[in-house]
Amino acid sequence: MSKEQQKFLKETKRKKYLILFLQFFLLFFFLCLWQISSSLGWINSFIFSSPGKVIQTMITLFKEGSLLHHIGITLFETLLSFFLSSLLGILIATILWWWDICAKVLDPYFTVLNSLPKVALGPMILIWFGANMKSIIFMAMLISLIISILNIYQGFKKVDSEKIKLMKTFYAKKWQIWRYLILPSNASTIIATSKLNISMCFIGVIMGEFLVSKEGIGYLIMYGSQVFNLNLVISGIVLLSFLATALYASILLLEKLSIRRRD
Amino acid sequence: MSKILEIKNLKKNYHTIQKETCAVKDFSMELEEGEFVAIVGPSGCGKSTILSILSGLEEKSSGTISYGDKKIGYMLQTDALFEWLTILENCLLGLRIKKELTEEKKDYVISLLKKYGLGDFLDSYPNHLSGGMRQRVALIRTLATKPDILLADEPFSALDYQSRLTISEDVFRILKEEKKSLILVTHDIAEAVSMGNRVIVLTKRPAMIKKEYEIVLEHPSTPIENRKDKAFSYYYEEIWKEIDHE
Ligand SMILES: Nc1ncnc2c1ncn2[C@@H]1O[C@H](COP(=O)(O)OP(=O)(O)OP(=O)(O)O)[C@@H](O)[C@H]1O
Ligand SMILES: [Mg+2]
Repeated sequence: MSKEQQKFLKETKRKKYLILFLQFFLLFFFLCLWQISSSLGWINSFIFSSPGKVIQTMITLFKEGSLLHHIGITLFETLLSFFLSSLLGILIATILWWWDICAKVLDPYFTVLNSLPKVALGPMILIWFGANMKSIIFMAMLISLIISILNIYQGFKKVDSEKIKLMKTFYAKKWQIWRYLILPSNASTIIATSKLNISMCFIGVIMGEFLVSKEGIGYLIMYGSQVFNLNLVISGIVLLSFLATALYASILLLEKLSIRRRD
Repeated sequence: MSKILEIKNLKKNYHTIQKETCAVKDFSMELEEGEFVAIVGPSGCGKSTILSILSGLEEKSSGTISYGDKKIGYMLQTDALFEWLTILENCLLGLRIKKELTEEKKDYVISLLKKYGLGDFLDSYPNHLSGGMRQRVALIRTLATKPDILLADEPFSALDYQSRLTISEDVFRILKEEKKSLILVTHDIAEAVSMGNRVIVLTKRPAMIKKEYEIVLEHPSTPIENRKDKAFSYYYEEIWKEIDHE
């Protein structure tokens, strides 16, 4: 390796560490500022809480055994609605691809449903399904499903027409075209949709938990705000950011694995 | 030699909202076993349509096509390889779809790949191959189902000139060795004369046969050699004059 190359690599590495350091520093700085200003009374710690109090609240919750319970519930609801809406998304996109006429008939309905703010349906869902997990799952699916279907269907439609022609020269039946061409060629579309999907489901679940208000992190936040316990509210938000990151990271991992397999 | 394909008075109308297009009006031809026929004609005259009908991609409007129990394979203009499948898997696609995949046939495909210089790439993915190699894979994918008659629609047009020459040489050799018959559609007159035993010139759309040439070279050989033959330029010029240029 030449000297210049070595220097270049070193420089690149240095930059990478610098960025990483600054990222952590920013967080650290913010936490310190927050802690100090609430300790010194610059801000009202009753309303704004503080890192120390947040940690304390979490420890208490953990000792009570409810922390893991609420995290578990939220995680379960998110994953369940994610799997359901991914599966249904692929299924319905397949139906639309199979019967072109379905896609044409349903097109305006999808457009309306897609642009409708789904929160507006919340109260109605609550009445239909009752204050339980069903409502939450339904809410999450409502938010994520339409966009999933549309994305996957777009991908199905975009498949190279020459490849379809090739399949037909082998007298492939429609299900074979789907099985050997449409589905595998859309692996990346489906993963990209999953990325979006998991965030959507997460949003939906939290919204659902606000509504149903029984358990889960969304409930913690709702409950905290009702009894004016801002420590609890902020703890909930911190938990949410950790969970969101973890969910997103696992999809990224999935994507990486699927790409490595192909090349 | 025996006749393996006969087309009589083939006609094809396409229907769209705007209009009805007559793509092929009255097309008849015969193909002998082991014969290579090239079809040339002005752009948009209906060449692809003829092949699409022969291969069952399109319905004919009228006319008769008979090829007994012979099998037809179609080689498309692009290689249309599936990027997510290995070279071998790509070549087995047709057999898999027809549910004819046996160990024996798999071995046959592997032997073809090895014989034609792709032995080291069985488990590679298409994006690691050059354009010419990909086209060879596409040919072997078609041959895997053991067709007797091969239809090829401008199979080399996506390649640069140099690769075109080599791949047409390869394809020619492979098809001769495997004893296949060929109907080749091309807009390249040199390609038609150098590869075909016979060249059919079509009229402007709707396609009808304008003229047919039996290609008799002094020393028939492979496509590249044929281009140097004395009779080559004669046919080239004759056909050039015959095609309707806009
Ligand atoms: N599916 C279709 N629907 C309607 N018209 C079509 C269809 N396919 C082809 N045509 C028309 O039929 C005519 C013949 O088309 P074809 O593709 O057979 O020509 P070609 O000789 O292969 O042309 P090229 O040299 O450009 O490949 C063209 O005018 C084309 O517009
Ligand atoms: Mg064509």
